[in-house]
Amino acid sequence: MLSVTDLQKTYPSGDEALKGVSLDVTGSETVAMIGPSGAGKSTFIRCVNRLTEPTGGSVELDGLEITGLSGKELRNARRDMGMIFQEYNLIERLTVMENVLSGRLGYVSTWDAFRRKFAGDDIERAYEVLDRVGLGGHENNRADELSGGQRQRVGIARAILQRPKILLVDEPTSSLDPESSRAVMDLLTEIAAEDDIPVLINIHEVDLAEEYAGRIVGLRDGQKVFEGGPDDLDETARGQIYRGEEIPEGAGPTGKVAEAGTPGESSQEEGQIRRG
Amino acid sequence: MATEQPEQRTWRRPTAFYNHYVKWAVYVVITVFLLWSAWNMRISPARIMDGWNAAVGLVEGMVPPEYTTQFKNELLIEGLVESLAMSVIATIVGVIISIPVAFMAAENIAPKPVYWTGRGIITVSRSFHELIIAIIAVKAVGIGALAGVIALSYKTVGFFAKLLAEEIEDIDSGQMEATEATGANRVQTMLFGVIPQVMPRIIGLTIYRWDINIRHSTIVGIVGAGGIGATLLNSFDQYDYDFFLTIIIAIIAIVMVGELISTYIRGRIQ
Amino acid sequence: MTDYQTWERRTPRQRIGRYILMLIVLVAAAVSWQLLQINYSYLGTAPTEFMDLINRMYPPNVGYTGEIISPMIETIHIAILGTALAVLMSIPVALIGAENTTPNRFTFVLGKFIISASRSVNVIIWALVFVIIFGSGALAGTLAIAVRSIGFCSKLIAEAIEEIDPGQVEAIQATGANSIEAAIYGIVPQVKPALIGVSTYRWDINVRASTIIGFVGAGGIGVELNTSINFFAWQQVLTILLAILIIVVFSEVVSAYLRRKVR
Ligand SMILES: Nc1ncnc2c1ncn2[C@@H]1O[C@H](COP(=O)(O)OP(=O)(O)OP(=O)(O)O)[C@@H](O)[C@H]1O
Ligand SMILES: [Mg+2]
Repeated sequence: MLSVTDLQKTYPSGDEALKGVSLDVTGSETVAMIGPSGAGKSTFIRCVNRLTEPTGGSVELDGLEITGLSGKELRNARRDMGMIFQEYNLIERLTVMENVLSGRLGYVSTWDAFRRKFAGDDIERAYEVLDRVGLGGHENNRADELSGGQRQRVGIARAILQRPKILLVDEPTSSLDPESSRAVMDLLTEIAAEDDIPVLINIHEVDLAEEYAGRIVGLRDGQKVFEGGPDDLDETARGQIYRGEEIPEGAGPTGKVAEAGTPGESSQEEGQIRRG
Repeated sequence: MATEQPEQRTWRRPTAFYNHYVKWAVYVVITVFLLWSAWNMRISPARIMDGWNAAVGLVEGMVPPEYTTQFKNELLIEGLVESLAMSVIATIVGVIISIPVAFMAAENIAPKPVYWTGRGIITVSRSFHELIIAIIAVKAVGIGALAGVIALSYKTVGFFAKLLAEEIEDIDSGQMEATEATGANRVQTMLFGVIPQVMPRIIGLTIYRWDINIRHSTIVGIVGAGGIGATLLNSFDQYDYDFFLTIIIAIIAIVMVGELISTYIRGRIQ
Repeated sequence: MTDYQTWERRTPRQRIGRYILMLIVLVAAAVSWQLLQINYSYLGTAPTEFMDLINRMYPPNVGYTGEIISPMIETIHIAILGTALAVLMSIPVALIGAENTTPNRFTFVLGKFIISASRSVNVIIWALVFVIIFGSGALAGTLAIAVRSIGFCSKLIAEAIEEIDPGQVEAIQATGANSIEAAIYGIVPQVKPALIGVSTYRWDINVRASTIIGFVGAGGIGVELNTSINFFAWQQVLTILLAILIIVVFSEVVSAYLRRKVR
């Protein structure tokens, strides 16, 4: 399970992107993180695997503190976190197979990586994963020959080849048409269920979040302003996330006074309920 | 799944070559060729050692560069001025000759036989290094700046006409046809339908070529075709390495100034 | 002329600028013409001299062909080995000369310095320097070509590196790959077309350069050409020129083919 506490990030430019955000992601749940542009969603995800260096707080994956790691230890920790990007970030000029296999780079020696020599098991699994994401037979295509939806599925295949303990997904659908967006979201939730890993998704489309996520987190100005099930995301909550409407004194995680309780406890409970 | 497929699937990166054997064959050929080339250089530890000593000697001989003697200063200035003058004249002459050649070598304007003649002129001009042309020109017209001007103008034609021809091939044929439709003859069409469109490019390329000609004008003297190159070779032949370095520094300075001016002007006219 | 209804192609300022530019050109031309003190009687006789030269060159000396095969091969060796060396050395120079891969400010300046130092000295001058160091022969020529090409190649490769998409590198880092693996997968494929384009293009240039470094004793066909010219063996000269022409055209075709092949 991923457990983030009081995560802070201030960019060298002075931008306070995260002002102390805590979040737990457990089991095989799908957590959607929504919020206006610039709220800090991408920063949050990138701080988890430290593509961006957080300036404060802690990130724990299965009890291992990520923030203090360096070198080999950090790389080993990254192997356990699959990341999927908005712009796919595939190696455009390499084949689909090389892109998928690059998910194993944390496990092979540099020389073998150079020779594109991967374990037989990995190759077999890459074929299976490609079938699973619906790209069987495309292994020798170059990534830049694929459509956006296909590329994103290669990105997902690369991430699951890592056998990650969690998937970090940064706006997987922003560059896709509605049809491909749904296909990608279906795939992600399916994987979460089948492989029993949690998925943390940044997403702009609130309707997709409501449809696919078990839990929704609302970020605004680097602060968590909402946390709850899709049903809790009513007009008030949306107003608080997207339009910055006042959150009443003593409000709970969903931004309403009636459901009082501390955010930490609540999120834990909900996670447990969902798992049970 | 795995039980149904006892055989594990394998994967090999598709190769840009015909197949993997061809790929390895190509690599082997390249390696052997490079080794053969290296062997031909007759590199030996002794040679490297001698080379090192010679290099140290050269550096000691060169540093500090010489800048005191009145006589040598005059030689230096004279050579540089001659180089510069050569570059100016050669650029002008070369460009004037290039423009008709460019029209000849533009596929959309010239009839086939003319086109091929134009292309031929360009290819031959581009094929030979400026020093080869210079050395031949020296034999034809004697040692001195004239040979250099001829060599540089000749090289300018290949460069300039090629790029200008490409520009002409890209022009908007509508404007040309509009001029033709007014009843203009062929030459008038060129003057009013084509030249105005490519004029900015002509100016830009001229300045760019001038920049290149400055560089070349500093070395054609090595084969006797005028400019600072002759002084450079002399100092080298007389083991006057101090002065050798002075000249090289002067050449670098003048080349850089030329480049700055050329970049500045080209930036302004665009 | 009235103020209205006149047709002006340019603003007055632009026109004045143009006139000044033209004036400068005219003055420069006139001054240069004066300075050169060319004996124009030579210019008058030049066409006849050239015709005479061509007459003496023709027909090429076919029997001489056998003798130039080995210097021609040496020329190609020099061009290829020089280019290969240059490209090899360009890669580290490009890495430190590119803003996004250079380790620090100092290495960046060093990279830029190497690039401009190599570029601002002509290959024939480099050849002179290496002839002093290693004596005459192909080694000096190869090094001259290599050193002169480093700047050119590094500059273009560095530009390619600066243009890569950092997202691809990040994605590889995110899988837990080390930084060398991230470079092999994330950077190399992105700069490969530029690398191949630059090296074939430079090879093409170097073939021409390797035909002349022999003038100062740095090996290749230039040595032969220089001797033939000095002995007024014009038919041999034509043979050599034709051989050079063939090689140059051949190299141009090959390098254009290679550049097309790599997408
Ligand atoms: N590399 C950076 N340097 C400086 N500031 C940054 C950087 N990246 C992001 N920021 C700032 O941090 C804040 C949060 O950015 P972030 O990209 O995390 O937002 P986001 O919620 O992902 O937005 P979007 O929905 O547009 O992707 C913004 O104010 C942004 O300007
Ligand atoms: Mg974002």
